[in-house]
Amino acid sequence: MKLYLKYFAIHLKSTMQYKASFFMTVTGSFLTSFTVFLGIFFMFQRFHSVAGFSYEEVLLCYGIMLMGFSVAQMFASGFKVFDSMIANGEFDRILCRPRNEIFQVLAFRIDFVRIGMLLQGIVMLWYALVKCPVDWTFPRALTVALMVIGSSVLFSALFLLDGSVAFFTLQGLEFMNVFTYGANEHGKYPLSIYGKGMLTFCTFVIPYALVQYYPLTYVLGRSDRAWYMLLPIIACLFVVPCWIVWRIGVHRYKSTGS
Amino acid sequence: MKKYIAFFRLRFAMGLQYRAAALGGLVCQFFWGAMAILAFKAFHDTDPSAFPMSLPAMSSYIWLQQALLHLLSVMSMDGELMDMIQSGNVAYELCRPVGVYNMWYIKNLASRASGALLRCIPALIVAALIPAPFGLMAPPDVITFLWFALSLVLAAVVVTAIGMIVAMITFHTVSPRGVRLIAVGIADFFSGGIVPLPFFPEAVRRVTELLPFSATANVPLRIYSGDLHGGEMLFLIALQVFWAVALIAVGRLLEWKELKNVVVQGG
Repeated sequence: MKLYLKYFAIHLKSTMQYKASFFMTVTGSFLTSFTVFLGIFFMFQRFHSVAGFSYEEVLLCYGIMLMGFSVAQMFASGFKVFDSMIANGEFDRILCRPRNEIFQVLAFRIDFVRIGMLLQGIVMLWYALVKCPVDWTFPRALTVALMVIGSSVLFSALFLLDGSVAFFTLQGLEFMNVFTYGANEHGKYPLSIYGKGMLTFCTFVIPYALVQYYPLTYVLGRSDRAWYMLLPIIACLFVVPCWIVWRIGVHRYKSTGS
Repeated sequence: MKKYIAFFRLRFAMGLQYRAAALGGLVCQFFWGAMAILAFKAFHDTDPSAFPMSLPAMSSYIWLQQALLHLLSVMSMDGELMDMIQSGNVAYELCRPVGVYNMWYIKNLASRASGALLRCIPALIVAALIPAPFGLMAPPDVITFLWFALSLVLAAVVVTAIGMIVAMITFHTVSPRGVRLIAVGIADFFSGGIVPLPFFPEAVRRVTELLPFSATANVPLRIYSGDLHGGEMLFLIALQVFWAVALIAVGRLLEWKELKNVVVQGG
């Protein structure tokens, strides 16, 4: 942990060397999620509700997802460049060092520019918390916190899986983006609006619904099942299969020789 | 002129080599399109009267948008030129006896065209096979299709010009990531990439339609889905012509200004 903080400080310092460039990238990163918000705003100017969810409720949902996603993007972005780490031999160096490989990949890159997105997530969540006609009890507030944590863990696990794929293909697979970027963007609406089939997929295959739809129904008082609040914790178990794929990948790893 | 045609052909052929990347992109776009249509359908089911276009037209819009993404998104800007500017290799380009702008414009247009050609044929076939409200419908009539084709070419010309302006700006900033993200974010939104322009509030839509960004994907896609016709269509096509000329002129001007005081970073 101490070592990670050291890496953290180094990354922060190196980012701050190019301040103008950094702030521009933060702005750009913020704009990509802000335009999605504008899209939601325009849609609700016209429709006022979708499949029984109001504007505020959708913002609550998107705020949680965006926060989870931007935290994962910030800290797990090493896996996004993992295919190039294999290609240029950086991973060979990592294997030589007496530390856990996952730790080193995590420490290899911290993408501070996602702070813009994170801020937007926080603002949306805060707005929704104030505006939503919800009777805020402690379990409900705790559920929201668990949802944020659960979605960061889930997205980080998906980035880990995305990186692990590079062991087998040597090049990142573009379609993996559907499960990270795609899920973030389409997770702006509660998953039930995409229909039953999609909801089942998001429950049992990749557990997006466990950090989003089900606990959300509990928070909004549409379901009395208090155990829904624990679902985000169960969703964190998704890390296990991703970790196994990673282990298999490390085990089979042959250097590219460059 | 001959040399530019040669550049176009070379780059076009090169783009056709990346079949695996195209397939990966295709799978991505397919999921994306399906999710977007399902979301719009949920809005449609909630309040059909507030929906500004028919559901089949909406689906056609989304499928065409996904199929032509490579051609019409600012995102598919040539990374190569950006890298060259950052690494300083652009100096070699400056030694060639051709204009940097013209050469890169042609190359970029060619790589867009070849990438889109690879992707759009399978995507459109699959989309056309999907049953009625969710699939790609045939264009209303032949005349509409011809207008669509004309507008599509103009859109490609405009979006490439926008991409070139962004590239010229990176001569200033060195690190391309920020400029690119900002440009893509703005252009994507105002060209109807996130929410089609008919869904915008009336006043916002009127202003947005005058911007160069809406002279890209917005016009051809809406012509195809039958949303845009008559005088309004002619006006927006004329606007596309205007923006094509204006943006290329601005790009050339920037090229002339930037190249006068370009500083190559060592190496």
